[in-house]
Amino acid sequence: MTTAHHGGTGTPVDVHDPKLTRFDIVKEGLRRDDIEIVTYESQFQGPNSKAEKRMVRSISLLFLIAGLFALAFLVFYIVWPWKFEMGHTRSDYYTPILGVTLGISLFALGIAILAWAKKLLPHELSIQQRHGDPSSDEDRLITGQTAMYVADELGVQRRPLLKGAIALGMAPLGLAAAAPLVGGLIKNPHGDPEPMMYRTGFDPVPNGNKPVRLSREDGSPIRPEDVSAGGQLTVYPAIPGGATNKYADSPTLLIHLRADDAATARAAADGDKNGRNKGSMWGNYVAYSKICTHAGCPASLYEQQTNRLLCPCHQSQFDIVDNAQPIFGPATRRLPMLPLSVDDEGFFVATSDFKDTVGPDFWERP
Amino acid sequence: MKRRKLDPAEATANFAKGADDRFQAATPLRGLLNKVFPDHWSFLLGEIALFSFIVLLLSGVFLTLFFDPSMQEVAYDGSYLALRGTEMSSAYASSLHLSFEVRGGLFMRQMHHWAALLFMASIIVHMARVFFTGAFRKPREINWVIGVLLFLLGFFAGFTGYSLPDDGLSGTGLRIASAIMLSLPVIGTWLSAAIFGGEYPGELIIGRFYIAHVLLIPGILLALISVHLGIVFKQKHTQWPGPMRTNENVVGERMFPRYAMKQGGFFMAVFGVIALMAGLFQINPIWNFGPYRAAEVSSASQPDWYVMFMDGLVRLMPNWQIYFGPYSLPPLFWPAVVGLGALFTLPMAYPWLEARKLKDTKSHHLLQRPRDNPERVGIGMMALSFFTVATLSGANDVIADKFHISLNAMTWAGRIGLLIVPPIAYYLSVRICLGLQQHDREVLAHGVETGIIKRLPNGKFVEIHQPLGPVDDHGHPIPLEYRGWVVPKKMNKIGALAPAVKGFFFPVEKPAEAPVSPAPITSSKREEIGSKR
Repeated sequence: MTTAHHGGTGTPVDVHDPKLTRFDIVKEGLRRDDIEIVTYESQFQGPNSKAEKRMVRSISLLFLIAGLFALAFLVFYIVWPWKFEMGHTRSDYYTPILGVTLGISLFALGIAILAWAKKLLPHELSIQQRHGDPSSDEDRLITGQTAMYVADELGVQRRPLLKGAIALGMAPLGLAAAAPLVGGLIKNPHGDPEPMMYRTGFDPVPNGNKPVRLSREDGSPIRPEDVSAGGQLTVYPAIPGGATNKYADSPTLLIHLRADDAATARAAADGDKNGRNKGSMWGNYVAYSKICTHAGCPASLYEQQTNRLLCPCHQSQFDIVDNAQPIFGPATRRLPMLPLSVDDEGFFVATSDFKDTVGPDFWERP
Repeated sequence: MKRRKLDPAEATANFAKGADDRFQAATPLRGLLNKVFPDHWSFLLGEIALFSFIVLLLSGVFLTLFFDPSMQEVAYDGSYLALRGTEMSSAYASSLHLSFEVRGGLFMRQMHHWAALLFMASIIVHMARVFFTGAFRKPREINWVIGVLLFLLGFFAGFTGYSLPDDGLSGTGLRIASAIMLSLPVIGTWLSAAIFGGEYPGELIIGRFYIAHVLLIPGILLALISVHLGIVFKQKHTQWPGPMRTNENVVGERMFPRYAMKQGGFFMAVFGVIALMAGLFQINPIWNFGPYRAAEVSSASQPDWYVMFMDGLVRLMPNWQIYFGPYSLPPLFWPAVVGLGALFTLPMAYPWLEARKLKDTKSHHLLQRPRDNPERVGIGMMALSFFTVATLSGANDVIADKFHISLNAMTWAGRIGLLIVPPIAYYLSVRICLGLQQHDREVLAHGVETGIIKRLPNGKFVEIHQPLGPVDDHGHPIPLEYRGWVVPKKMNKIGALAPAVKGFFFPVEKPAEAPVSPAPITSSKREEIGSKR
């Protein structure tokens, strides 16, 4: 920003002239920046107006309120019992007190500054020229030609060998820079040893080919009589860590259907088109994967009257007496059924892993 | 030896001289001190976003001092008895520790969360202001695009942020994010495996989200915000049309002292409001949700409000799966990937689309009143109503529960609403704009209604209109041209009432003489159609 292209309007003044007031010099600066002050007037009548004094008092009061509440914040921060205790105690009010004291302090300070600017400072109306014109045609030409000249000097156009060599040299280097990031993150979702997309904790293979028992969250196995008719229980594979997030696809809902519902459900399972659910029920018990086939939330709201399972995330609904087919909402695929049986000791086991793929859908799901 | 007296004025002058010798600062500083800013309340909406961002940085640094981004399982032994002995990740345990055992920690956590919500809200309102007034037009298209990117980054900053505590709710959000990645054709499983480091949830995701949330995203946000403000500074702010205002000037007040003071005061006020909210309104009470367990979720699981539109779209999507031989495309792909993509790319392209349609290549520094471009308002209202229906659908289970409506009916209402509400919003807003335009023209042509009814000799009643400009030989007003700014439509807007008296219980100073009503229109005022402010 030089005065060269900010000639400004009006006549320049000699800023060293001792007769000039400070405001005269300010105005000369404004002239050089192409700004014209149209109005600049005090908001009060006369230098000692009562309104001005009143406003100064109000603003001072606001500053004092800000200081007072900041002090209160500090005092409460230090002395108020802050350690959390169960039940209704004085520490419950610690956070609200901090908020109120700090909030009022900051807000009062803000209003004080705003009032100072809006009510005490003179009203002004200034006009500045934008100078939003693009660079002159000459400047554009010069800059463009300079850039072309730089390219000419480098001579990439004239030296085709260099062009090829740069491409061959730089492209691999660029790939080399990206490789650690991509390569480090990449992980084959279908690779050995664990093809993670299709296996859950109920897979008997890692369990020494023995069927995996069903267990509660605490790891205890389940007998059929533990679930009353019409009841349901979330079960996990009875393997180490089976109820943890390491086996996030394994949580299963074990449902004890009433006799008539069970008959319907069994007929539907045995008449399954692709035969995967055939014989998977045990008595009046049926077990479905709890992981919604839509987005993977646990479909955990069981409506006894309608025999529906509802996923609370996106409201997909599954009919549990019809192979858990989706009947409403965005899910397209039924919940996988876990083939159930009872072992010699009378505990529930899964005869095999889920036969359908558990969890949200994806491109290459078989 | 006589001690030299230190003259503060001379010392300051010497310091300034030294600084200018080294940095040549005086000339540019003069320009900065003198820079003129136009003033209007709606220009401060973006400031709220900026101020919230500063609060986010300040409170966020505090939180990092106590948060442990680790998924190591530990048994909780803190002071919240209901969870004592529960196995949980260190991330969740340290978030609980931050809430219960750090003095003022809960206050800072809530301040951070409220500031984030306010950040996103003010970005949307600011975007609406810029859109409806046409402030995105040439030469400001790039800044509009940066603004949209800021919203997108804020979206991801928010998502990564509320995933960090690893409580029941944030784990569910992560699970859905993984499902969205899985829904991508061909690369879905590979992408999810890369982000989570194998099978969901793995043990890496909190650490990865942490570095994204505290370094990568805020770094890019900070850089883009700087560019955003730099461009506003370079291109100078837009202004409303009005008396003396042209496309080539800026009418307002100088940056120092008044404008800068107002900014500072506004910052403190915004900061104060955030502090009040942080103290008084509970947000994200993670101790109620328990640690994340893949088998547990409750109803009314909602994300933060600025993610709710996406959750709503996912809920409303019908179960249309597309099969390609042995492969398939899950319905989740459309709302979550295509929907989110479209919601960000279409607004980015809008400035060029509109310029192309209107064949408009000029630079615009004067804003348009929304009514003067009804089509734009219609399109904007369409987008906003779509967003609103989607956001409400993101909470449709809560609405269904509270108002005793069937959940399925809510879903269907959302599906139908998403299709028919935006066109209705378009039609209504275009009609309203046209009506407002017409009324402006009417007042300019005939004058302001005075409320005085006159009986003509033939018995007819007419209302007398106060012309805004000169009249012809018969006393009929000469129609005025519309200049894109507020047309006074009431008699007190053109000086028919006395100015308000200052003072609450009694006048502080003697009021000025009240003018005769209606005030005589002086010749100089005839040219203006300003709001007389």
